Amino acid sequence: MSVLRPLDKQPGLNTATILLVGTEDALLQQLADSMLKEDCASELRVHLARSLPLPSSANRPRIDLIVFVVNLHSKYSLRNVEESLHHVDATFFLGKAAFLATGAGRESHCSVHRNTIVKLAHTYRSPLFFCDLEIEDFRATMAQRLVRVLQICAGHVPGVSALNLPSLLRSSETPAPEDL
Amino acid sequence: MDSDDTAESTLRHRTSSRLQDCCIGATPLQKRIESVRKQVSFVPTPPRRKIPQCSQLQEDNDPQKVAFILHKQWTLYSLTPLYKFSYTNLKEYSRLLSAFIAAEKQKGLAVEVGEDVSVKVTFSTLLGMKGTQRDSEAFLVQILSKSQLPSENREQKVLWTGWFCCVFGDSLLETIPEDFTCVPLFLANGAETNTALVGTWFQKTFDCHFSPLAINAFNLSWMAAMWTACKMDQYMAATELLWSVPCSPQSLDISYAIHPEDAKALWDSVHKTPGEVTQEEVDLFMDCLYSHFHRHFKIHLSATRLVRVSTSVASVHTDGKIKILCHKYLIGVLAYLTELAIFQID
Repeated sequence: MSVLRPLDKQPGLNTATILLVGTEDALLQQLADSMLKEDCASELRVHLARSLPLPSSANRPRIDLIVFVVNLHSKYSLRNVEESLHHVDATFFLGKAAFLATGAGRESHCSVHRNTIVKLAHTYRSPLFFCDLEIEDFRATMAQRLVRVLQICAGHVPGVSALNLPSLLRSSETPAPEDL
Repeated sequence: MDSDDTAESTLRHRTSSRLQDCCIGATPLQKRIESVRKQVSFVPTPPRRKIPQCSQLQEDNDPQKVAFILHKQWTLYSLTPLYKFSYTNLKEYSRLLSAFIAAEKQKGLAVEVGEDVSVKVTFSTLLGMKGTQRDSEAFLVQILSKSQLPSENREQKVLWTGWFCCVFGDSLLETIPEDFTCVPLFLANGAETNTALVGTWFQKTFDCHFSPLAINAFNLSWMAAMWTACKMDQYMAATELLWSVPCSPQSLDISYAIHPEDAKALWDSVHKTPGEVTQEEVDLFMDCLYSHFHRHFKIHLSATRLVRVSTSVASVHTDGKIKILCHKYLIGVLAYLTELAIFQID
């Protein structure tokens, strides 16, 4: 099985590539569209995958950021992300991976408890975003945030590196990794 | 798991010592703040719960009233604590609520508080319907139609029934100020217009707030596991789970019925700690059902939403409708519902 590594390829000129992993095809597609609408100096590439590992034959650019999308309404989507995580190299979790939980707004539909995903994100020392992707405005805001994070991960923002992100994106409410 | 538990306890320790520094005799408000902090600081849901047991207090309840509660469909609501509610004033409340309902029905016409109304409201306590001595006593409200004819036909028809209870509501009770009565769970049976009327009156009189109690799939799977774990002398119904498939043009439901003894055998095979149910066991139990289904039908039930659980103990729907079937585990079922109601109003 091929493991995805962050630095095994040369970066493309002025390109930033994001990989969205999740079972919710329609939502991922919509999120990708919103991201591409964002005004951005870098050339954006958005790759979608249902699960990892990715087929090894395809010719793809270097991936700068992986976002794991979990739908809280479906346990299947959580299991899928948990299994996909095994195919990612540990160095990705130095700022180049993030979790995105959707569906928390409709509490009565939730099959996965909020804390399960909070714990998962903590285990991987990666930032966690909550966003109901079904709502267009929320999705647009999330797309904007992800584009900014992606630009940092791709090294297009002078003075900030992906290594800063885990500590910069940690909310004050959640305990620091060493407290866990 | 272990490291998480210690993290939680150190956090709690920190908040409590900080509070003690500023004030020794904590006021209810400070206790409340502390309890809110506890919830903000990570992992509020208990990772384990007790399997429903028979309660001793339950022994002294009125069998007639219990029979009346069983086998009826109740709609669940959560309710914030009642301000200045008194169990000695139940007669007075009956009179006032009757008048209020009559007034609302006649819309604008003056109504005399007293006899001449077509409906009658009764308040009565439900003894023993609680978990610990500290829990508030449960009480029942009924709307009866009063026959206009003065004939000997005194039979009164029950139009609407609702009852309030609190079973093992300790976590809320510790922070409750003196003038309040805590009955977080409200169950109603009858026309929704009547529920709304009674709700309005309670909100006006006791400054409380009702909200419908929906039960999400996460909690439904807990119920499925806990109720399967209950020992039954005799099973009355099959264990049936209902899933709703999202995103299809017409809503598609998948029903999954299991012989209750098979369900119990499956549970016994995943269950380790006696008398307790843990999150891992609930997950494992559901995963077993999912993988069995996937093997036969190639459908991932885990990608769909659990909407109804029916067992011999009780039957509950995600939109907050419940039918309790088994007298033995009544208190256990109510304890879990109380917990969910408290969690919702917190």
